[in-house]
Amino acid sequence: MNVAVAKTGSRRAVSDLFASAEGRLPGSPDVIAARREAFESYERLGLPHRRIEEWKYTDLRALVGEVLPLAAAPDAAASKRAAEAVKAHAIAGACKLVLVDGVFAADLSDVKALVAEASFKTLRETLEKDAGLLKTASTDAVIALNAALATDGVVLSIADGAQLSAPIQIIHVATAASTSAYTRSQVVVGKGARVTIVETFVATEAEAYQVNDAVIVSVGDNADVAHVRLMDDAPDAVNITSQFVTIGANVKFNFFNMTTGAAVSRLQGFITLAGEGSELSVNGVNLLKKTEHGDTTLVVDHAVPNCVSREIFRAVIDDRAHSVFQGRIIVRPDAQKTDGKMMTRALLLSDEAEADNKPELEIFADDVSCGHGATAGALDDSLLFYLKARGLPEKQAQALLIQAFVGEAIEQIADDSLREHVIGIAERWLEQRS
Amino acid sequence: MALLEVKDLKVRVEEREILHGLTLTVNEGEVHAIMGPNGSGKSTLSHVIAGKPGYEVTDGQILFKGEDLLEMEPDERAAKGVFLAFQYPVEIPGVATMNFLRTALNAQRKARGESEYSTPDFLKKVREVSKSLNIPQDMLKRGVNVGFSGGEKKRNEVLQMALFEPSLCILDEMDSGLDIDALRIAADGVNALRSPKRAMVVITHYQRLLNYIVPDVVHVMSRGRVVKSGGKELALELEASGYAQFEAA
Repeated sequence: MNVAVAKTGSRRAVSDLFASAEGRLPGSPDVIAARREAFESYERLGLPHRRIEEWKYTDLRALVGEVLPLAAAPDAAASKRAAEAVKAHAIAGACKLVLVDGVFAADLSDVKALVAEASFKTLRETLEKDAGLLKTASTDAVIALNAALATDGVVLSIADGAQLSAPIQIIHVATAASTSAYTRSQVVVGKGARVTIVETFVATEAEAYQVNDAVIVSVGDNADVAHVRLMDDAPDAVNITSQFVTIGANVKFNFFNMTTGAAVSRLQGFITLAGEGSELSVNGVNLLKKTEHGDTTLVVDHAVPNCVSREIFRAVIDDRAHSVFQGRIIVRPDAQKTDGKMMTRALLLSDEAEADNKPELEIFADDVSCGHGATAGALDDSLLFYLKARGLPEKQAQALLIQAFVGEAIEQIADDSLREHVIGIAERWLEQRS
Repeated sequence: MALLEVKDLKVRVEEREILHGLTLTVNEGEVHAIMGPNGSGKSTLSHVIAGKPGYEVTDGQILFKGEDLLEMEPDERAAKGVFLAFQYPVEIPGVATMNFLRTALNAQRKARGESEYSTPDFLKKVREVSKSLNIPQDMLKRGVNVGFSGGEKKRNEVLQMALFEPSLCILDEMDSGLDIDALRIAADGVNALRSPKRAMVVITHYQRLLNYIVPDVVHVMSRGRVVKSGGKELALELEASGYAQFEAA
């Protein structure tokens, strides 16, 4: 790292930002100390740039430049617009928890509809007593900035054995242009529990806003969790999300992310298999156009023996957009009989579209089965001609082939209505192309 | 009435001329066979009629119902009633056959300004046709042609012909890769579609297919031209004497 970098204008700005925001940030004295420490850590590092290996393809200094001031608490007009956005993006039957510009909106949320086995608090409430949630093992600058500035979030705990049939949908709505929202949430899933968590990121008339979200998930033994993340932000937004997932024994964990918006986005997931006999499925789709930059960075850490991990990632890249996939699989010395596979494919719809793919296997055990594969290419002309010869106009033929291409990842979502919801978002993206 | 008129057609692929001035007229209700040795330009002709990219028409024209076909995109040609049954139908993983059939049929109807098929009407129609072609329903749930045998792929082409009801069907080497039973099923399907308003162009290397689909007119192609035309008996002559006499010409 280059320690000689002088304080740039943007770093001064963020310094002022923290000073001005500090008074508004929730927390006990412990929390305030933890925030200061996190902020100092961020100040030392600054925004990640291309000379930091993990951020090689997503240079935030070049792509984002400055960190915007915190959004004000939403006013009545903003709340009204947020309510409409929530209505438009809600999944039928889901229990909604809504954050507007980084602040929990009780009146838009279904807290009362949460079943008794799901206990809920806001991050704000939690931080009145305990700074624990602001601490992670990561040294990443954007995560430190999140700890320093997190205004709110949802803190969920699902009781042992609870079987939740309705999904819990956390909806992040941005209503304020040229501001930023810092959220941090926690989901603790009890032993043997079954739950579906959906996170949706949307905007209503907001432009050029920034989201920095962190989610900390821990899953008890024998649980069955589906976690779907739908990043459908405004076209000129920035969304950086960090996820920390720790998985117990004999768990089924099925994660899916789809990116259909934002000028710059990054999902960085750090998933640790900490109990034996678990099955992890991590799948993602990037649908990018214009000059969008979408980065999915995943670290799957097999810390114990006898776990299976599968990663299927599909990127569809149009115009001058840029998709990044970095997938690291770590197999610790004790993690014998690990079965880890990763497959990523990029579909380039224009000559100027770009895909970077960086798979890494770090294997320290000797009795494992691990592998990765990657392809990048254009739509197959012979398939396109066949469809056109059957009467499909060019764009419709392309759309059908693109749907088939991303289908393999989307099919990993087991719940029918949730899968249809996701397909609907992908179809809207395709319609906007034509 | 002339349905298809190919006039003095010259076609290049990259820098090489494949068709050197081909002329062919097909009337409504007629079945024409185009025979010829490998490399005579039979498949090129079928591809150019359907609008496959990669071919450069340097001279001549193709009229379909009096309209200039070469000015149309492949999907417009399909909507007008041109259907090419592919020699090697492609596999399209992830696109369910049923979804593909409905999307294609409705795209054609929309282009013609007709109303789209309702789901029950569509399903009824597909069931009827697939039954007559011995196509099991579970095949229609699979990806287009994915894991289909050679015979199944060709039957799927005939199924599409029956559904889309084109006025011109071009069958490109329908017999390639089929055993005699598969050939008979496909040919029966084609024969069921013969009608006074529909014309067919059957492209084949061998006379065998013409035992099942009996043509009204037979053309012999050699080196990018039609060198001889006649009745169905011409196919039998070729079977006896081979293509060598035309190759020398």
